[in-house]
Amino acid sequence: MKRVRVVHYLNQFFGQIGGEDKADIPPQKKNGPVGVGQLLQKESGGCFEVVRTILCGDNFAAEHLKEIEPVVLEWVDEVDPDLFWAGPAFAAGRYGMACGTMCKAVQQKLGIPSITAMHSSNPGVEAARKEIYIVETGDSTLDMKRVFPKMVALAQKILDKTPIGMPAEEGYFPRGIRVNIRAEKRGSKRAVEMLLKKLRGEPFVTELPIPQFDRVEPASPISDLSKAVIALVTEGGIVPRGNPDRIEAHNASKYCKYYIGGINDLSGEAYQTAHGGYDPVYANDDPDRVLPLDAARLLEKEGVFGKLYDYYYVTVGNVTAVASAARYGHEIGELLLKDGVQGVIFTST
Amino acid sequence: MVKEIERVGLPAVLICAIVPIAVTVGANRIVRAIAIPHPTGDPKVEKKEEIEIRENLLRKALKALCSKIEEQTVFK
Repeated sequence: MKRVRVVHYLNQFFGQIGGEDKADIPPQKKNGPVGVGQLLQKESGGCFEVVRTILCGDNFAAEHLKEIEPVVLEWVDEVDPDLFWAGPAFAAGRYGMACGTMCKAVQQKLGIPSITAMHSSNPGVEAARKEIYIVETGDSTLDMKRVFPKMVALAQKILDKTPIGMPAEEGYFPRGIRVNIRAEKRGSKRAVEMLLKKLRGEPFVTELPIPQFDRVEPASPISDLSKAVIALVTEGGIVPRGNPDRIEAHNASKYCKYYIGGINDLSGEAYQTAHGGYDPVYANDDPDRVLPLDAARLLEKEGVFGKLYDYYYVTVGNVTAVASAARYGHEIGELLLKDGVQGVIFTST
Repeated sequence: MVKEIERVGLPAVLICAIVPIAVTVGANRIVRAIAIPHPTGDPKVEKKEEIEIRENLLRKALKALCSKIEEQTVFK
């Protein structure tokens, strides 16, 4: 049997180069499998052979998606594979964006089937689910064992051009494609049955989910900046040294509010980051690099805006559940509005 | 989070290094940051220059808060 030649895309972590301190490394290529690439080969029962692994740091990839794309395309093209496989990225946002974007590029520009996998909260899903098959995973690597066989099975079907089942059966994110099928009962009958179930409070599955575009209407702009009260908010985890309220480094369960009245500069002696998802060296050295208090004070003094709000709000946005983040944002917004704040500068890492 | 703040009626600008993610999550006002681990700083330059960079980023962010927009906008 002919083996399927695979090029595998990994970040620095799964590529066994290092953690956040290595997130800045530019793309590199290695022949053969690396790390989870071995597992991929094993789960395919030896049908898939990873002929090349492309590795790139998460920060480098996320900040230079457009620039690394031609490099990845060239390295993939060089070895003429049957399949391009990225990740899985689970809930890692930067990695997911890179996996989705690279898969889309390889499939569209080189015509090589591509597959990746990630968690539903990953922004990479929206970036590429319409163009490629993205298998749904849990939010951590604990799900690895379950996901690989699914990816292998789906990839095999794509390569064999076997008909692919509905998203729920195969475990991938809906691509927005409509397929004609012959149903046992006609539409009116199915609709009435569904309605009856709904009236009885029984579970039912809609045949046409209404897409929810959660966009927010832009708020009215600040009319007189010279009188406006501006607040700083960050998900970058800047907290007083020692993290007194113990904001978690990962999936934070809370947000906090700290007094900055009379403080003109955040020093590394008094503040630090509690965030577990980026290299903390720069923020710990000078926390203004994440929460720009010193520059905000200069602009306040200059009269560019009226006044800086006396507190800042902070949480850690690292694999934090979307529902929690939405709640924190809503509550912080309400509190700031009540306190007469007119505009918010929000920094994210 | 920034989207929810804007939803209660407060203009909010997101300073973020990965603009495509900011767009995907639905932020209305976006300013591109320096880099992921130091969005409002640059450890490679002198302190004085770094503060200037930070000041300029904030000026851009303030401009975003004062701009009337109809849709998601990346402020350059």
